[in-house]
Amino acid sequence: MRPIVRNGVRIDESFAEAFPMRGTAIVITGPNQKWARQAATTMTGFATSVIGCGCEAGIDHELSAKETPDGRPGVRVLIFAMSTDTLQTQLVNRVGQCVLTSPGSACFGDLDGGDRLQIGDAIRYFGDGWQVSKKFGARHFWRVPVMDGEFLCEATTGLTKKAVGGGNLLIMGATPKTTLRATELAVEAMNGVKDVILPFPGGIVRSGSKVGSKYKAMSASTNDAYCPTLRGAVATNLDEDIGCVLEIVIDGLTEQAVAKAMRAGLAAIVKLGPEQGAVRVGAGNYGGKLGPFHFHLKDLLP
Amino acid sequence: MKPLVFALEREPDQRLDLAPLTPHALNGKSAKEIAQIELQTTREKIAVGDIFKIRSGDAQTIVFEGGSERLDNIGQDLKSGEIIVEGDVGKSVGRSMSGGNLVVAGDAGPYAGSALSGGRLEIAGNAGDFLGAPLEGEIEGITGGFLIVRGDAGSRAGDRLRRGTIVIEGSAGDYPGSRMIAGTLIVLGASGVLPGYLMRRGTIALANPPELAPTFVDCGSHELAFASLFARLLRPESRGAAKLFSSLLNRFAGDTAALGKGEILYPA
Repeated sequence: MRPIVRNGVRIDESFAEAFPMRGTAIVITGPNQKWARQAATTMTGFATSVIGCGCEAGIDHELSAKETPDGRPGVRVLIFAMSTDTLQTQLVNRVGQCVLTSPGSACFGDLDGGDRLQIGDAIRYFGDGWQVSKKFGARHFWRVPVMDGEFLCEATTGLTKKAVGGGNLLIMGATPKTTLRATELAVEAMNGVKDVILPFPGGIVRSGSKVGSKYKAMSASTNDAYCPTLRGAVATNLDEDIGCVLEIVIDGLTEQAVAKAMRAGLAAIVKLGPEQGAVRVGAGNYGGKLGPFHFHLKDLLP
Repeated sequence: MKPLVFALEREPDQRLDLAPLTPHALNGKSAKEIAQIELQTTREKIAVGDIFKIRSGDAQTIVFEGGSERLDNIGQDLKSGEIIVEGDVGKSVGRSMSGGNLVVAGDAGPYAGSALSGGRLEIAGNAGDFLGAPLEGEIEGITGGFLIVRGDAGSRAGDRLRRGTIVIEGSAGDYPGSRMIAGTLIVLGASGVLPGYLMRRGTIALANPPELAPTFVDCGSHELAFASLFARLLRPESRGAAKLFSSLLNRFAGDTAALGKGEILYPA
């Protein structure tokens, strides 16, 4: 296949294959931005991939005091899982262990819709009978007495069954340094898009996987076709000028948000050009038969 | 859409039960049909057309031009739509309403908003005794919705409040929040004796508290995230209530003569 070239960067005529997920959004506030961010960072830790972590979670964006329900600085967090039950379990476990425990925190639902997930409705029992229910209009909150005052937590948050997980870009460069530079710029651009998270460390994953393994116990293993050190030894997907590959994985509350994030990332990579950054961009898929969402790179070009 | 208007022609010489004049009851009826509706009263039979001049319109919004303290049960069982009273009303305005918006420009009699379960009731003037309270033999007062009195309220405001929010921007009579089950009662003016008498749960916020009963126990002054949340939720309805919830608040738990899981909050 002849690649499309933009600003010297080769774009594969390929597509990212993504899957339907269950997703939800909450807002965590704190006495200041530092502690709101700390609670959010802690609750979204160890949440890179549903395979090993149960869910994928990350920070969508930060909120000023004017934008939050209680007038304190906050952070919007998104959480994704493969089933409603798992998402519910992960949400309550993570809010219970990481947000309830964080000094001065409060927690609010931040997604509308008829399908609901419990937050405060489950965590209220920590109050041992001293919890206080507060309703205002259609909204319902719980106040749980804790050692620094009260943990304020909305009873429920919304659930979307139309979330999309596994949008991705494969960023290929000559060296680790240039590839990382291009990928970091793409992550920065994608962080500006709302309703998406990049669940891997700093938004980047370096150990892309393929389905299956020579070992029975392993369901997935290293994606040897994209390993530069195996370039001559396996049926490689890499060209002579590629010495490093990094991947960005995107989960979004909607298909449109994932497409918007991929478009923003691609634009940043193309703008940087091949000398300083990536020489080629691809996308991961399984032939198109497994996932219903296909994000074709040619449709997302700047 | 033009509203349906009931213009009061003269001061009624007996009490009138206006419960039948709600949007859901009048929907689709002609002015002539409405004029023939018989009103419950004390002595002589009377129909709507005998006392009101009716200007037909969409019954989703009903306007009463002129008021009287003899007009009882306006907006009873209101489910949706809007009722505006450009004057005073008698007892039990908005009784058992579950939705919609009811605005009284003048004063209201006793039992205003009694057993409200949803929607919004605003009284621009003063309200009588037993604001939002249950009638004799009933267990619960207000169980949802929002009730705001811009003026003063009488005694026992918020009696048996279960859920929902009451704001009194003026002063409250004696025993505000008596026997409260839960919910929120806010008083911005002065408050009569023994607020929260025998309350079980719930929140009473007082801008100017009287001496509290000794069965309320001091829990210190606190900055509560819940208070700043409620300050923001209340601001569109009452700047005074928002200001009260924005201050550092003393928390007294009580009434320990009952369950004792309620609270009275007032500025520290």
